[in-house]
Amino acid sequence: MAKILMKGNEAIGAAAIKAGCNYFFGYPITPQNELPEYMSRELPKVNGCFLQAESEVAAINMVYGAAGAGARVMTSSSSPGMALKQEGISYIAGAELPCVIVNIVRGGPGLGGIQPAQSDYYQATRGGGNGDYRHVVYAPSTLQETVDLVMEAFDVADQYRMPVMIVGDGMTGQMMEPVEFKELKKRELPVKDWITDGTKGEREPNIINSLFIDPQELEDHVNDRLEAKYRIIEEKEVLYEEYNVEDADVVCIAYGTTSRIVKNAIAECEAEGLKVGLIRPITLWPFPHKVFDKITDKTKGLLTVEMSTGQMIDDVKIAIAGRKPVYFHGRTGGMIPNPNDIVNEIKKIAGGEK
Amino acid sequence: MLDDKRIRIITGHYGSGKTEFAVNYSVKLSKQGKKVVLADLDVVNPYFRSREKEKELSKLGIKVIGSSIKGSASDVPAVSGEVNAPLQNEDLEAVLDVGGDPAGARVLGRYYNYFKEGKYDLFFVINANRAETQTVEKTIEYLREIERISRAKVTGLINNTHLLKSTTVDDVLSGQELTEKISEITGIPVKYVVALEQVAKDLPKDIQGQIFPIKLYMREDWML
Repeated sequence: MAKILMKGNEAIGAAAIKAGCNYFFGYPITPQNELPEYMSRELPKVNGCFLQAESEVAAINMVYGAAGAGARVMTSSSSPGMALKQEGISYIAGAELPCVIVNIVRGGPGLGGIQPAQSDYYQATRGGGNGDYRHVVYAPSTLQETVDLVMEAFDVADQYRMPVMIVGDGMTGQMMEPVEFKELKKRELPVKDWITDGTKGEREPNIINSLFIDPQELEDHVNDRLEAKYRIIEEKEVLYEEYNVEDADVVCIAYGTTSRIVKNAIAECEAEGLKVGLIRPITLWPFPHKVFDKITDKTKGLLTVEMSTGQMIDDVKIAIAGRKPVYFHGRTGGMIPNPNDIVNEIKKIAGGEK
Repeated sequence: MLDDKRIRIITGHYGSGKTEFAVNYSVKLSKQGKKVVLADLDVVNPYFRSREKEKELSKLGIKVIGSSIKGSASDVPAVSGEVNAPLQNEDLEAVLDVGGDPAGARVLGRYYNYFKEGKYDLFFVINANRAETQTVEKTIEYLREIERISRAKVTGLINNTHLLKSTTVDDVLSGQELTEKISEITGIPVKYVVALEQVAKDLPKDIQGQIFPIKLYMREDWML
């Protein structure tokens, strides 16, 4: 299929439908509105159901219901709305239900603003909900990657029976880029024999639940079910892009839109003879810890660049484990980092000024 | 080029590239020594609106009218009363950058009294690389719907078929084929063929409409 030009939010919707998602429940908030709008227009054409819920809380619980009935289902929101969904996400994780959740991040805290931000890293990777749970978090940097990962996300959700989150920033949602819908390699997916689609008098009822009255039962559920699959995911599902990590004066770490700006800054530094590497986490959880072991003695320091006051930097520090100093450059509130400022930071680290 | 009516209204499908065309058009007009007012009437998009370029454009002598609500990032569909000025003042060249789709064109309704036949040009921007405007029928449907909502007639077609920075001559020409067919059916002339400067120079000269080379004002260096 030829490339067409799509806006990020529309492309996410199109990719979801291509992946067999026929159900969408959401509530409007800028800068992700084009996504529910797209679904409201397109889902009826595939006999699906779009429903604008009365709130984000209602929407995420509708996702719980649809996932429990075996459907491929999605919801989306932006930062403050995603904060409201956290309780439902924790329940979905606890009940082991597959779904895809999209956060097109805007500036915060509170209502914040409508411009792009990455200040929901903690919310996405640490979980805003309660309890010992995790979910896969994809952070694409181009619309093509967004489309590919949205399609993959539904398979990953089904394979591990868990929520999968796509984190974009406002730019990912609003920007237009050429995209192509490719046939992805299909995963072997387990049969959904746990869904509540009616016993037809032929089996015992399936129960979908996150409540465990007996503490030992709950500990077993958390350790033997949830933790066990999280360990497998950490082993098998890590995605990242690396560039010149082993031969760099400075290694930058950035994800999403910011990584594209950092790439421009790196090209500028290279033109001046500096060697600069890049680690771009594509999964924010599981975080690509192992690639940090490739960093050599030659590297003077690491520079984390984010559209926040510094959140992913915590994972970078855990990954490098004190072996190198970690510096930070960030803009927040909806401001986008300027390539020249990043170049200056890189030069300061390379020149030993920091 | 640009010998259009004093009031130019730029409409089109959502994401067809109206703003980039409107900004480039305003810059070219201003370079001819005209007093240009670019009115950003986009009540649909929260990002990539011409008001974001107010600083750069004012340096070129172009007045940009945004929302009556201060702050380029406001998400309120408020239109400034100032928009009446370039519509009334015949010393000014007016470019109205309208939000996408019939939804965006609705804002034009309040200016209905200014849109007298022969006094305005209503351009319809076409990007054949957008999913919803790839066929003649669908595109004409959008065109008619925008005419109905705005209560004004489209006077010119703009072929703005592109894939951003990766646009090729073939992209422009495939959009040109669509645009010329629409022109044939509707009788509306192809006014401009928009392309990046480096693509525009390789376009055949015998196509309908004037070749309109543009720079990308709305895209940052790191964008595709």
